[in-house]
Amino acid sequence: MNLKTNAMYSVPKLEDYSPDGLERARNEFLSALDTDVLNATTEEEWKAARDRWMSRKSGLLSQINDTWLKSSPPEHRRNTGQLVNELKEIVTGQFSQTPDAILGRTKNQALAAERLDISLPGIQRAIGVKHPVLRVMDEIVAVFKAMGYSVGEGPEVETDYYNFESLNFPPNHPARDTQDTLFIAGQERKPARERLLLRTHTSPVQIRTMEKQAPPLRIVIPGKVHRNDPLDATHSPLFHQVEGLAVDTNITFCDLKGTLDHAMKALFGSSVKTRFYPSFFPFTEPSADMQVSCIFCGGKGCRTCKFSGWIELLGCGMVDPNVFEFVKDNGYDSSKISGFAFGMGVERIALLKYGVEGIQLFYEGDVRFLEQFS
Amino acid sequence: MVRRVSTRHTNAMRIIPSWLREFVDIAVDDRQLAEDLTSAGIAVESVQQENGETIYEMDLTTNRVDAMNHYGVAREASAIYDIELKKVEPRLPKPKVRRSPPPNVSGPIGMTSFAEELNTADTGTFPIVIEDPHGCARYTARVMRNVKIGASPDLIVKRLELLGSRSINNAADATNYAINELGHPTHAFDLDLLEGGTVIVRRAREGEVLKTLDGVDRKLTTEDLVIADGKKPVALAGVMGGFDTMITEGTKNVLIESAWFEPWTVRSMAKRHGMHTDASHRFERGADFGITPLACDRVAELILQSAGGELDGVRIDTIGRELKRPPLPLRHSEIKRNLGIDLAQLQVERILRRLGFETNGTADPSAPPSASSGSARDDNFGEGTSNRLSVHVPTWRLDVEREIDLLEELARIYGYNNFPNTLPAFTGGVVELPDEPKNAKVREIMLALGYDEAISITFIPEQEAQTFLDSSSAKTHADAAPEPLAVANPLNEESAYMRTSLLPGLINMVAYNLNRGTTNVRLFEAGEIFEKLGERHDERRHLGFAATGDAITKSVHRTQPEPYTFFHMKGDMEKMLSAFEHQSLQFDTTVPACFHPGRSARAEMDGATVAVFGQLHPQLAAERKLRQEVYIAEVMLDRLYQHRLREPRYQRISKFPAVGRDFSFVFDDAVTFERIRFSVSELNLGDVQSFAPAEVYRGEKVGAGKYSVLLHAEFQSQERTLRDDEVAQWSTQIIAKLEALGGVLRAQ
Ligand SMILES: [Zn+2]
Repeated sequence: MNLKTNAMYSVPKLEDYSPDGLERARNEFLSALDTDVLNATTEEEWKAARDRWMSRKSGLLSQINDTWLKSSPPEHRRNTGQLVNELKEIVTGQFSQTPDAILGRTKNQALAAERLDISLPGIQRAIGVKHPVLRVMDEIVAVFKAMGYSVGEGPEVETDYYNFESLNFPPNHPARDTQDTLFIAGQERKPARERLLLRTHTSPVQIRTMEKQAPPLRIVIPGKVHRNDPLDATHSPLFHQVEGLAVDTNITFCDLKGTLDHAMKALFGSSVKTRFYPSFFPFTEPSADMQVSCIFCGGKGCRTCKFSGWIELLGCGMVDPNVFEFVKDNGYDSSKISGFAFGMGVERIALLKYGVEGIQLFYEGDVRFLEQFS
Repeated sequence: MVRRVSTRHTNAMRIIPSWLREFVDIAVDDRQLAEDLTSAGIAVESVQQENGETIYEMDLTTNRVDAMNHYGVAREASAIYDIELKKVEPRLPKPKVRRSPPPNVSGPIGMTSFAEELNTADTGTFPIVIEDPHGCARYTARVMRNVKIGASPDLIVKRLELLGSRSINNAADATNYAINELGHPTHAFDLDLLEGGTVIVRRAREGEVLKTLDGVDRKLTTEDLVIADGKKPVALAGVMGGFDTMITEGTKNVLIESAWFEPWTVRSMAKRHGMHTDASHRFERGADFGITPLACDRVAELILQSAGGELDGVRIDTIGRELKRPPLPLRHSEIKRNLGIDLAQLQVERILRRLGFETNGTADPSAPPSASSGSARDDNFGEGTSNRLSVHVPTWRLDVEREIDLLEELARIYGYNNFPNTLPAFTGGVVELPDEPKNAKVREIMLALGYDEAISITFIPEQEAQTFLDSSSAKTHADAAPEPLAVANPLNEESAYMRTSLLPGLINMVAYNLNRGTTNVRLFEAGEIFEKLGERHDERRHLGFAATGDAITKSVHRTQPEPYTFFHMKGDMEKMLSAFEHQSLQFDTTVPACFHPGRSARAEMDGATVAVFGQLHPQLAAERKLRQEVYIAEVMLDRLYQHRLREPRYQRISKFPAVGRDFSFVFDDAVTFERIRFSVSELNLGDVQSFAPAEVYRGEKVGAGKYSVLLHAEFQSQERTLRDDEVAQWSTQIIAKLEALGGVLRAQ
């Protein structure tokens, strides 16, 4: 059926006012109405159809009033009037409300016009990025905090006493040579132990903390240290360390190993293994270097671990009784208590962890570098 | 405690395993041996093949000078595998004994000199005098005659080359070979060039000069210990021999020196003369007092084998002072207390004896009798007793001085990795650092504001240290004017001073980015700054931040960027400062010279300067070739942290409507908003919720030197709806105040 031809319906003149004739006119009228209603798919078409049928001046409703009722013979006027009223009700009812289907279609079309290309990039507001070294340092500290360690701190400009003497580096001892110490100028007039230098390790905080706090003690010490090493890919005049110290009446070498093994598993995953080698630090005895199984190859061997399967990560040992001697008055009697200490370079771990190729990248402030660590 | 291989003070050396095997019958191969030595602390860094020989590159810790030779490493292997260490016994012909021994030569301090076991000591061959027994505790020597200086045998040449030394001649090579074998430095003099027929170990005299083997004339001081003949110094004791008395092709007669020099004496000499030799390295760390006769004989044996000749007289052994050390106690209870495991007494004794310690088991007589003390000797030290061993330490282990040092010997030979891993119980509590929450808050705010965290080098050049001193300097240190803190031995001139401010580092980093085409930069750093205050110094925590480029960048969604301005920085600063409790916060233009005078501010919190910020002075920017505006800020955290962190406060949200009023005024430029705000705040209108500028205009319409401002006040009460007449009255008061400031009302 061609819908458009039906839309061209116009009100015919009635020749036959008989009940049959009226019935026929009624059916044609309603059939045309149905077609128009069906053909109206948009709100505009709906309004047009409503106007065609209901417009006061020229609508089809007013046309049947004029064409059929006004020209009806008197004897059929009643029937015709009834028919016109019936049709008026039907048409009015039909157009009293815009069908939901038409309304929905229209809204969707309007929203469709507001469509965005959501594949365009979003507008990002910048959030600052933590420095990778400090981020790693935080992770290490968090592991030890969870094991009951308090955080300790101390100055970067230290005295000879705290950096060396009280850590069992006697004056002129060759072990001092390995520290490549930077000294503060103009200290000649002071007694040797009061002379200022830039701490070469965070270990002075061990003594500073023990001076303030009697045993038992568990501290973790993150901090910045300096050495006389020009900046290049593998050396830096500054770097960060995390130092740890535990002192109690029950601390043994087995506890040192167990604590560090536990910490490494917390840091790098439970499958990581540790092993220990004898080493030398003036302030620990026995002393050890700790290695972890390579976190990249799992111990099979790769470039990072130089195909050994192991990575040297920290130095540690049992606190030397000579160190306790310096804080004896605060309850550190080496015949009654014992302790262990450990220290690790944070940059080294960050270099390994992120595969950064040179330590100097950490201190250039290049935002292209820094923002990769978000 | 991070062990780093220092390039300048290396303990690197080479070991040839086949040489080790002359002293111990090791069952395992070279690779396994390397691993086992490393596990015991004799670190083999790498195993290589060279000319058909296995070579170990060693990295020994500074305390183990005793193992810096083949015999010493062999001793370690003997302990690790519990196998015999063969003795080194030089075979020498019987010397011709001369008649009529003269009396022992005595120095001023009365040390003795004697020759071998013979009572008929003949020191007459060559009298040796130790004038300084502190610096030289022992001097052993031999005289050899009619040697023929020439090439060394192949084995010696090959081994020295594998160790990285060049063969010189048979006499020099003998001393070099012996030091690598036994670890003890010796020296050979051309006897005929020693004048006066004697050797004297003494301090140098003022003005004496010695040309050392390296050809350098050394001006000596009275602190230098020298070997001298009757007339002149002939060697710098323990450091280097003299040029004029060295062995040459024409040498016929030789004096072999095998002495023990005191570590500090050698160390300070080596430092003073800027010399670091194989000999000084070993003497500094403590040589073996007991080995001087053996080393002397071994060198003599090697020379006899390769250069012929004969011994003249017996070995001369002069002892300046005895280096005797008391035996150490080793308590079983300490093994358990420190190491966490029990070790059987047999195992303990076996380990120690293999390392050259002598042990005598003694039950502590003061210990109370216990059940097991009556039983026959136990494998353990004895349950419940305080049994102890008395341990004599060998002369080559100067590093072992205490019981704990013996425990380390036990632990490393037992194997660190054979100890179980345990976790200690803990009864203490966890304490947080007082500033930790503040540091965390500051960092959180900076990150949230979009600044990347940076770390800059702590050192700056002198000029910057001076330029930026003001930016942070405290006026609170009334006692001494702050100065930059200088480094005595800086890396270079650019790093001669400790940073006095975080700004130079931040500016450098901004420049670094701009030079690489990154034009939008926001960085912050929290760290220490340093100052010298007379005799004292100060180290304080600051926060620095810097920004350049766009606050909001251009994008597909935005055709124009919003440039970062002073007010972006001020807003960030306000956010930061508002995290801390305070009564008053004021901004003024009292800023250091490194800032743009018109675009920078000082923040004063409760009367103290807590921050300075603004645009970097264009002059400084130009000097650094920065072609865009750079904003910098420094916050004195030490002072900001005098304030508590802001506690959140809740106020009920008013149910009553707010009423807004606008005031449009024209002011002179001199009337800052701060003055306007302060003036209105003086009215103390309790129901003024906010008073803020909405628009500022400068231009032709208001004329030069003036500006118009649209001010917006918001009134609201917690208790009731405000009446129109009340608001009108307050508005009138505000207008009056503003007019009093010289403002001209344009519209209301
Ligand atoms: Zn690997």
